Amino acid sequence: MSDPALLKHTPLESAHVACGARMVEFGGWYMPVQYSGIMEEHRAVRSASGMFDISHMGEVIVSGPGALAWLESLLTNRVGKLAVTRGQYTLMLDERGGVIDDLIIYRTGELSYFLVINGACRDLDLEWMHGHLPSDGSVVLQDQGNDYAAIALQGPDAEKALRALYPACDIPKRNGIAPLIPSLVASDGIVPSLVARTGYTGEDGFELFVPVAHGIALWESLLAAGVKPCGLGSRDTLRLEMGYPLNGSDLSRDRTPLEAGLDRFVGLDDPEKVDFYGRKALEQQRSEGLPSRLTPLKLSVQGPPLRSHYPVLADGVAVGETCSGALSPSLGEGIAMAYLPEVCRIPGTQLEIEVRGRRYAASIATLPFYKKPSL
Amino acid sequence: MNVPADLRYAKTHEWIRQENDIIIVGITDHAQAELTDIVYAEPPKVGAEVRAGATAAVVESVKAASDIYSPLSGTVTEVNDALTSNPALLNTDPFGQGWIFKMKASNPAEIDALLAPEAYTAQIGQ
Repeated sequence: MSDPALLKHTPLESAHVACGARMVEFGGWYMPVQYSGIMEEHRAVRSASGMFDISHMGEVIVSGPGALAWLESLLTNRVGKLAVTRGQYTLMLDERGGVIDDLIIYRTGELSYFLVINGACRDLDLEWMHGHLPSDGSVVLQDQGNDYAAIALQGPDAEKALRALYPACDIPKRNGIAPLIPSLVASDGIVPSLVARTGYTGEDGFELFVPVAHGIALWESLLAAGVKPCGLGSRDTLRLEMGYPLNGSDLSRDRTPLEAGLDRFVGLDDPEKVDFYGRKALEQQRSEGLPSRLTPLKLSVQGPPLRSHYPVLADGVAVGETCSGALSPSLGEGIAMAYLPEVCRIPGTQLEIEVRGRRYAASIATLPFYKKPSL
Repeated sequence: MNVPADLRYAKTHEWIRQENDIIIVGITDHAQAELTDIVYAEPPKVGAEVRAGATAAVVESVKAASDIYSPLSGTVTEVNDALTSNPALLNTDPFGQGWIFKMKASNPAEIDALLAPEAYTAQIGQ
């Protein structure tokens, strides 16, 4: 493991240690991978509520008269359709259509936007943004990444926990954002505490952003409310069961969102969406055909847990490798994602995943892998 | 952490129990705690030749796959089939129902190179 002294630390680290966390390196950060156990934490989020430290994620505030036009050029779907208090998942591409990052953008005011970017990509994202900022001063870019402690509160009981702790909070609807603690007043256009109804688990839930100094108190109040501390391990199994991509594993500069199956977050067919970085490359790729497609796979037989970088074979020929994989705690089955050529979808193609030299039969699945049982 | 007094230990956190000329192999309580929730076990094949210090089995938690090394050289005589359907036995009963394989040692002198319980306890810093 990397030397913890060289890693970045979240404002909640002492709370993790107090909760018995097992800490690991993740994307340059020293983060909890689990507390009581990945399976137990996973189940808590599916059946009750769990919380994740997401303070490693970056927060960026974009404001000014030129903010909207600039964000339209930077992001793949139409920012202009967001009403104030609404958010959407989106992607930031390079000119070749490769994914720099996937992120959520919220409109927090008439001329201001709140962006939540991946922890491992903060420096690169900001470098790209600064490098493409208009020179006329019409856009103000503020990196608030070190000013917030952030906690994802997820699960069917998340709303109940939030209501009990913040009775004065006007809880947002799905993909919405609101101030969390109304008594904390905004200054310089920066809202000091926010609650967004978003997440990375497939469950109802919230992402809470508070000033660093309030972080531990928020964590402890959620803990006292019975919310289970959850680490990166269950965060990964929960997101993979939904087929949500992880940048760095499923997304990269070498793949476009079309290859990743994220077409619905790309405004190519939106007549009001203007030009954006990567658009030409995507249009060209769409007319020429996709070289590969991020494909959900499931083992058809009992086998070992799937992981990244396992070879995938079609009719005995290597056609790709898994980029994410897990033993799905909810399904008890091996699930994975892999970029595969179109020929793999021809019915009758025998797919296999190779683990330590042994091949296991697999098949193409539909997303999400895990569907919530209907009541 | 439990370190039974009647077993010998490898530095790599496997234990052996001698029953007449058969050696039973498993992983220690310390090892299962470090590995966390074990969800898959791949024991060796019956009849396989194993070497002291070489990979003989694989166990996997949700997060990672880990090699299990044979403490001794010899031939595998039996494997614990119960682990296929219930790999969590490695967590719940590592010294009992969670045993991994049985073997006949080809070089019993290798046993002397294994750690006594006191030495293993010191190694894991108890």
